[in-house]
Amino acid sequence: MTSEEAPAAREIAVVAFAQTDHRRSTEESSEVEMLMPVLHEVLAQTGLRAADIGFTCSGSSDYLAGRAFSFTLALDGVGAWPPISESHVEMDGAWALYEAWTKLLTGDADTALVYSYGKSSPGSVRDVLTRQLDPYYVAPLWPDSIALAALQAQALIDAGHTDEPALAAVGARSRADATANPHAQLKGQLPYGGYVVRPLRTGDCPPVGDGAAAVILAAGERARELCERPAWIRGIDHRIEAHALGVRDLTDSPSTRLAAKKAGAFERPVDTAELHAPFTAQEVILRRALRLGDDVRVNPSGGALAANPVMAAGLVRIGEAAARIHRGDSGRALAHATSGPCLQQNLVAVLEGDPR
Amino acid sequence: MSKEPVAVVGIGQTKHVAARRDVSIAGLVRESAQRALTDAELTWADIDAVVIGKAPDFFEGVMMPELYLADALGAVGKPMLRVHTAGSVGGSTALVAANLVAARVHGTVLTLAFEKQSESNAMWGLSLPIPFQQPLLAGAGGFFAPHVRAYMRRSGAPDTIGSLVAYKDRRNALKNPYAHLHEHDITLEKVQASPMLWDPIRYSETCPSSDGACAMILTDRAGAARAPRPPAWMLGGAMRSEPTLFAGKDFVSPQAGKDCAADVYRQAGIADPRRDIDAVEMYVPFSWYEPMWLENLGFAAEGEGWKLTESGVTELDGDLPVNMSGGVLSTNPIGASGMIRFAEAALQVRGQAGEHQVDGARKVLGHAYGGGSQFFSMWLVGARPPQS
Repeated sequence: MTSEEAPAAREIAVVAFAQTDHRRSTEESSEVEMLMPVLHEVLAQTGLRAADIGFTCSGSSDYLAGRAFSFTLALDGVGAWPPISESHVEMDGAWALYEAWTKLLTGDADTALVYSYGKSSPGSVRDVLTRQLDPYYVAPLWPDSIALAALQAQALIDAGHTDEPALAAVGARSRADATANPHAQLKGQLPYGGYVVRPLRTGDCPPVGDGAAAVILAAGERARELCERPAWIRGIDHRIEAHALGVRDLTDSPSTRLAAKKAGAFERPVDTAELHAPFTAQEVILRRALRLGDDVRVNPSGGALAANPVMAAGLVRIGEAAARIHRGDSGRALAHATSGPCLQQNLVAVLEGDPR
Repeated sequence: MSKEPVAVVGIGQTKHVAARRDVSIAGLVRESAQRALTDAELTWADIDAVVIGKAPDFFEGVMMPELYLADALGAVGKPMLRVHTAGSVGGSTALVAANLVAARVHGTVLTLAFEKQSESNAMWGLSLPIPFQQPLLAGAGGFFAPHVRAYMRRSGAPDTIGSLVAYKDRRNALKNPYAHLHEHDITLEKVQASPMLWDPIRYSETCPSSDGACAMILTDRAGAARAPRPPAWMLGGAMRSEPTLFAGKDFVSPQAGKDCAADVYRQAGIADPRRDIDAVEMYVPFSWYEPMWLENLGFAAEGEGWKLTESGVTELDGDLPVNMSGGVLSTNPIGASGMIRFAEAALQVRGQAGEHQVDGARKVLGHAYGGGSQFFSMWLVGARPPQS
């Protein structure tokens, strides 16, 4: 058999999703303690036990925990005995889901548990994220994540794509939507606040918080057994851009557009989009890159402006989009995750429920 | 459903040394990637995706360095994944990349692993004190020494076995131009006279701290057909994990290692590893792990691994050569060490291992482990494509 005659790819779906309440600080509990209830909940939704899962993959970052190998202890919480087939990405959990999706595509497993977590409370996440930058030329200057996002927001305003009142409206809508989300950290009407770094005000920036999320994937008939209305992954792709901000057009997100194209997002309209846009201006950029019209329900969960547990926020977007399909609130949804300064790396997944 | 066969068509590594002060992290990784591309006679444009791995970010002090390395690895506009599974990461990274090809998501993938340990201090990077958790006791040696002692007690191995392994691996390294330690005046007596660091582990029975990177080009059947040199074919690959600490854990021969090997052998149709496999590159950071892993991987019965070592079976010209490259004992850029094992296995079956080539190596196992003997990744590569 040649590649041209390759069989149709397996159908893979998100069949369960769970997340913590996202909170400013969880200093009373360890990462494992924060994660455990989420793992139990997502397994309970499907009736699976840890030993039934074909493949497990997680996403996290040592730099948030402030120690090397922080993920090794989380594995103890999964209950990896007898030994399990397992992997880890030092990325947002959305990319762990991508790795699990490829594993299921090979046919080596029929189910996968994907989880991720992050505690920003032990340190200053603004400072911690500067350690992601070019270690020789940029990181020594400690440009923090809000300052870089402000640079991007100002470029967008200068290009005439938005203005400060429009950004304020994005923030207000997100936090109003979050009132319906029991897990959100910020919700309802909040004072928009003064400038943090011009042109970004408090309300343009995400809250700093701790949280975890978990998803179960299943292939083919297994998905239908485990979930009444599986959220089928019709396409998923991710792309990275150059690191240096000086060589990028900060008002655009070509990697998001390319990932969306490869994931099939433009083939038919979506009704819902969960965008990982921690800053209001980034939602404006992503909406344009993804060609989302005003009729698309963007971030009904409140998005990252209502809860932004670093390393889990992208996986939460996929989970929220899938949960809307599970509930029948969406027929075709787009989920997006981002990583790196000013939307450097982006992942897009397209999820669909069975027609009805 | 069928998987796409995966072929290794390009391999590149840096000359591993204690400190590469002449290059940045980006320069280091690009050097190995460029060598892999040259080996495969491909260009950056031929690569569909990049999968990169390294051990903890604290080893260089860069959080999620794949972001900064995207440009150096020609990844701009492409998918880039970053894997981290502790010491097994080099192997896991290759397996994640292989899955992209096997799943027919991508045709040709660059996979790469590195560590530039001179940018920081790995021993203290491994020794951050955390409440309510067993510390690694000043580096990995303190953690693993009691398990070596347990093996010696359990198997009755004479206390000379560790030095035999170190002496062999350091001599093998002399034949490998990329190996870090080239100890031309090495003797068994020197190994045995070296200082005791973590009883029973002596200085010369431990791995060095290296700067280095290793890269491979993985491709599908169509890509393999275009390859200028013989490809290595993946016949089986697997990862297994178990908890770090629990009452039932066997630190001498972890169940996850046994299960991982069994899965690889099943995929590759290996009935008797001792007979069917020609050579092994295994992750031996402390010399005593050679006999321990020989048992864990099914090459010897429990308690018998040290006899293979003692009788010379694992020498380069023995019946089952182990660590032809000189192994982790001679070269240890931690995040890359697992991938170097996988790459050495591929070099051997491609007949491209130079002075440390094993004649007639047709099926070779690459092995990596990490954490507190918690994470395992392995692949078996062959000179011929998989049959099904």
